[in-house]
Amino acid sequence: MSEKKEYWRWKEYRWHDESLDWHDAEIISAGVDIGSVSSQAVVMLDGRLYAYSNQRTGYDSPESARKAIDWAMEGTGLTLDRIHYTVGTGYGRVNVPFADKAITEIACHARGGNFMYGPTVRTILDMGGQDCKAIRCDERGKVEAFLMNDKCAAGTGRGMEVFADLLSIPIEKVGELSLSVEEEPEPVSSTCVIFAKSEASALLREGWPKNKVLAAYCAAMAHRVVTLLERIEVKKDFAITGGIAKNSGVVKRLEQELGLESLKSRYDPQIAGAVGAALFAQVLETKRRKG
Amino acid sequence: MVTAGIDIGAKTVKVVLAEAGRVLGKSLVLAGLDSAAATERAFDQALTAAGLKRDQVGRLMATGTGRKGCHLTAAQITEVGAAARGMTHLLPSCRTVIDVGAEEGRTVRCDGQGKVIDFAFNEKCAAGAGAFAEGMARALEVPLEELGPLALKSQQAVPMNAQCAVFAESEVVTLIHNKTPRADIARAVLDAIASRIISMVRKVGFEKDVALIGGVALNPGFVAAMQRGLELELHVPADPEYVGALGAALAAADAGPTAGRSSGQEAQA
Repeated sequence: MSEKKEYWRWKEYRWHDESLDWHDAEIISAGVDIGSVSSQAVVMLDGRLYAYSNQRTGYDSPESARKAIDWAMEGTGLTLDRIHYTVGTGYGRVNVPFADKAITEIACHARGGNFMYGPTVRTILDMGGQDCKAIRCDERGKVEAFLMNDKCAAGTGRGMEVFADLLSIPIEKVGELSLSVEEEPEPVSSTCVIFAKSEASALLREGWPKNKVLAAYCAAMAHRVVTLLERIEVKKDFAITGGIAKNSGVVKRLEQELGLESLKSRYDPQIAGAVGAALFAQVLETKRRKG
Repeated sequence: MVTAGIDIGAKTVKVVLAEAGRVLGKSLVLAGLDSAAATERAFDQALTAAGLKRDQVGRLMATGTGRKGCHLTAAQITEVGAAARGMTHLLPSCRTVIDVGAEEGRTVRCDGQGKVIDFAFNEKCAAGAGAFAEGMARALEVPLEELGPLALKSQQAVPMNAQCAVFAESEVVTLIHNKTPRADIARAVLDAIASRIISMVRKVGFEKDVALIGGVALNPGFVAAMQRGLELELHVPADPEYVGALGAALAAADAGPTAGRSSGQEAQA
């Protein structure tokens, strides 16, 4: 094998709140979001965020699900049999063998977005690995309307990975670097990631620095997503979830084009779906106990 | 009078030299970074093949995505117009031309004189163009030329869910992991491009005879997929990638004496 560096490969990680003890919890609920590119597991104690993990989805969805939850619980002493209720979500949600129920990622993102960004959120843009969803919800995080693009890589994390690789820039650095241009270039004209890639290669050969090429691509991506958002009509407040929410180059340009700032959360925007699933699990377990 | 048709495509530059409807010489060169240099090379090679000098060429006409940047002539004909003109010359009974290039797919309906009646094209998405086959051949680790022959060995149709070339690449990798025979994957790839093209063809409608041109028509697996999908025999000319350049060369001869400076009669087609 060659030692080619994988610039698209983002850092996987886990976290748990050491100030909480799961032994004290009445209800331990979990949400597992198996996306096409990344998988997250979230554990909640009586509706409070306790632990989570975020990693790349493998070829085997059930295995990815198991790895995600195991990693979230790592070092906490908590085991799967102690979790009272688990909800699976994401495109691989039916492949979470230990889940009690599967709920769509649209519902989970709305619910999780409500928790992470507060009840004022009315529009959530979820920019995932292989799809992009614009969701409108009410003050309780219930879905009112949504639109989705899952046919085309333009405007998805996968498209950004292709660019990180093309330019040999670690994907986590793309946003910051793209904002370091002195003057904003024209966005690349191609919608299609494949064609945008050829366009970018041509620009590089013309002598464009990498940050300028990235700026042109981030702007094109932002524009592409704004057209989806405009079709659903953006209502304040607005929040972005999913991996691309961590790319300031896309987020800033998107906010600029929309003329609207997005809310920020102290939690990782990539776990919104799993948070929503864990919140549903909490409610479902409460209902189950009531009979 | 000898005329030259110059087709500046996304990937290659084609030049055809013709006189009285007969091809005297032709050449194809990779467009690369500098399409002007590629055009010069293709023109010189075609001249050598025809045994001609530049001053013996009476008129030039450009076509293709890069036609506006052609430094040799301002005379232009659209890809759609050139495809219709070239193909009806080769096959007078042709009424529909399907042209699939590296980054674009087109369908053109025309009359017996090669006049364009209706057309549609896709230039926004790689899913209906040669670039898709190229990406998938890479994922399958087979040379592009072998993708078609490989697909013809397929024993069964496997569905391809992804439309987008980026997503399809991951799907091809998953299919390889699942031990799907490579021939079946190759067929699925070509079926996928064909289905994109066919939905465009059906939107515009088609009338016999139907011809298939452009570089992707050199792929026998793609031709088979198109014929299966359209349930129709397609005419594939001997050099399908040169038909646009031929059409431009013929249009140059058709055009009036001022054509060298105007933008060509069918430029707005």
